[in-house]
Amino acid sequence: MMKYKKPSRNFITYAGVILVFLLCELALSGAVPFFKMTRSLKGQLVPICVYIVMAVSLNLTVGISGELSLGHAGFMSVGAFSGILVSQYLLFAFPDANLEVLRLILALVAGGLFAGIAGVLIGIPVLRLRGDYLAIVTLAFGEIIRNLINCIYFSVDGRDLNFAFLNPNLPGKLLINGPMGATGIKKLATFEVGFLLVMFTLIVVLNLINSRSGRAIMAIRDNRIAAESVGINVTKYRMLAFVISAALAGMAGALYGLNFSQIQAVKFKFDTSILVLVFVVLGGIGNIRGSVIAATVLTVLPEMLRQFGDYRMLIYAIVLILVMLASNNPMIKSMLSSIIDVFKRNPDKEGKDA
Amino acid sequence: MSQKFKRQPVKMVPAPSYGILPERDVTSRPVLETRNLGIDFGGLRAVEDFNLVIGKTEIAGLIGPNGAGKTTVFNLLTKVYQPTMGTVLINGRDTAGMTTVQANKLGIARTFQNIRLFGNMSVEDNVRIGLHNQIGYSTASGILRLPSFWKGERDQHERALELLSIFDMQDLSNHQAGSLPYGAQRRLEIVRALATNPSLLLLDEPAAGMNPHETEELMENIAKIRDKFKIAILLIEHDMNLVMGICEGICVLNYGRIIAKGTAEEIQNNPVVIEAYLGKQKEG
Repeated sequence: MMKYKKPSRNFITYAGVILVFLLCELALSGAVPFFKMTRSLKGQLVPICVYIVMAVSLNLTVGISGELSLGHAGFMSVGAFSGILVSQYLLFAFPDANLEVLRLILALVAGGLFAGIAGVLIGIPVLRLRGDYLAIVTLAFGEIIRNLINCIYFSVDGRDLNFAFLNPNLPGKLLINGPMGATGIKKLATFEVGFLLVMFTLIVVLNLINSRSGRAIMAIRDNRIAAESVGINVTKYRMLAFVISAALAGMAGALYGLNFSQIQAVKFKFDTSILVLVFVVLGGIGNIRGSVIAATVLTVLPEMLRQFGDYRMLIYAIVLILVMLASNNPMIKSMLSSIIDVFKRNPDKEGKDA
Repeated sequence: MSQKFKRQPVKMVPAPSYGILPERDVTSRPVLETRNLGIDFGGLRAVEDFNLVIGKTEIAGLIGPNGAGKTTVFNLLTKVYQPTMGTVLINGRDTAGMTTVQANKLGIARTFQNIRLFGNMSVEDNVRIGLHNQIGYSTASGILRLPSFWKGERDQHERALELLSIFDMQDLSNHQAGSLPYGAQRRLEIVRALATNPSLLLLDEPAAGMNPHETEELMENIAKIRDKFKIAILLIEHDMNLVMGICEGICVLNYGRIIAKGTAEEIQNNPVVIEAYLGKQKEG
C-alpha cells in the first residue's frame, strides 16, 4: 500500500512569510548598510499585515467556500471598534496597571469574538442565498454595520462603561463618539504582533482547508447536491467558513484600529471590501499563498509609485489590468508552469495549490 | 392539459404482494419500503402509487421509457424532493420530513445520472468526503492538529484506498477527479456512495456511456459489491443486458406508475411492458 503523505505542502507559504518578516526586521534594525527602510514603508508594515489577514480570510469565503462576499470590511469595522473599545476601556478603567500586552491580546480576541458573532447574525439570513444575491446582500450588510457604528456612543466613567444609541450626552470620557469615531487611541499595534497574527491566520486557514471540515466546505462549493447526498451538513459548513472568515477579519480590524490614534467608521467603506476582493482575485481565487503575495504587493505599490505624482493611481490601475491579463493568458500560464516544473522533481501537477 | 399527457388507463399485472422477489429475505425487515409514494409538480403528477419493497442484499432494477419518472423516484427516496403522497421507510423507519443528509445517515446512498463528482479535488479526497460521517474528528482538532486529526486522516486514507481497490482504482488516488475518463468517473461515484456505508445503494444509469466490455465489468462489480458489503442495490438502467443480467427483481415504470414487477423473465414476456416500450400493434 502507498505510503501516506502527510499534508505538509504549506511549508513554503510559512517559510516565505517568516523569511520576509526576518528581512524586514533586519532592515528595521538598521544594522546592515544600504538595506534600510524608508519612513513611508515603515508606516505600511502593520497595514500590510492587516491586509494579508483580510485577504486570506476573505479567500476562505470566496475561494474555499465559494460565496462572493462583498461586506468583508463590515466585519473588519466590528473588530476594529470592539478591539479599540476593550483596549481603551482597560486603559482608562485601570490606569495604574501596565497591561500593554494584555490589552492588545484582549483587543484582538474581542475583535475576533464580536466579528464572529456578527458573522453568525449576518450569516443566518445571508447563507439562505446563493451567488449574485448573496453578494448584494453581504454588500448591504456591510453598509448597515458601518451606519450602525456611526450611531453608537460609548463612554467610560470611572470603571463604568456607558452605552448610548444616537445620544452623545454620556458621562465620563467618550471612547467611541458616533460619526467622529474613536479618538485618542493609544497605539498598540506593532509589526511583530502583525506578523504573529498573519501566521495565526495562515495556520487556521491552511489547517482548516487540509482537514475533514475543509474538504466538506470545498465539496459544497464544487457540488452542493452531491455533498448533501453523501451526508454533509451544508448549512453547518457554509456557516463555519463564513464565521471563521468574519472572526479573522475582526482580528485584523482590531489590529488596524490600534495602529492609528483615531479612526472613523468611514474608513471601512465598500471600497475597502472591494480592495480586499481585488487582492483575492489577483492572487488567485482559492490560492492562499497568492492572497498573501497580492496583498503585500498591492499595499506597497501605491507608495512605490509616489514618484509619479498625480499619475500614481492611473499607473496602479494599469498595473492591475496588466497583471490580470497576464495571469489569464494561457501562453504565459504554460510558460510559468514549465518554469515551475523545471524546479520540481516530480512533474505531477494535480492542482495542489495551497 | 395536452392530449399527450393524458394518462391512458393501464392494465395492472398482478405483482407479488411483498417485494419484487417475495421468497428472498421475507423474514428479515426490508431495507426499503414505499407505500403509495407520489409527487405532484404543480398540476403534473410525476409519480403516483409507487409501492416497492426491497429486501436486504437484493439487486433490483427500475426501468421504463424516457420520462417515466425513474429519476424522480430516486429523488423522492433520497429526499431531494419531499413526496406529496405516501411514505418511504428505510430500514423500517419513516423518513417523512427528513433531509437528504438525514436519509443518507439512515443508510441510503446514490449516484447521479449526470455525474456529480467534486471535479477539482483528487480521487482520494472524493472518497474521503464520502467517509465524512464514518471517520470523523472535530473541526477544532483539525485546526489544532490534535492526535485525533492524525488518526482520523490515517484511517480515512486507508479506508479510501481499500474502497478504491474494489474497482482497481487505488493507483488513481492522486489524480484529479474531473480529469478521469468517463467510465472511471462513474465508478468513482459508486465508490464515494459506498463510502457512506449505506444499506441501500441507488445507481442512476451506472452503465451510461460505457462500452460493452466496461458494462460487463460493471455487472461483475455490482454483484461483487452486493456480496462484499451485504447491501441492497436499486439501479436505473437503459442497458437491458445489464438489467436482465443481474437484477433479481425488476420494476417497470411508465407515466409515473408501476406497470409491472417481477423477475427478468416475467418482465420480458409481459405484454404491458412490451406495449410501453414498443407501442401497441395496430389491430387488423
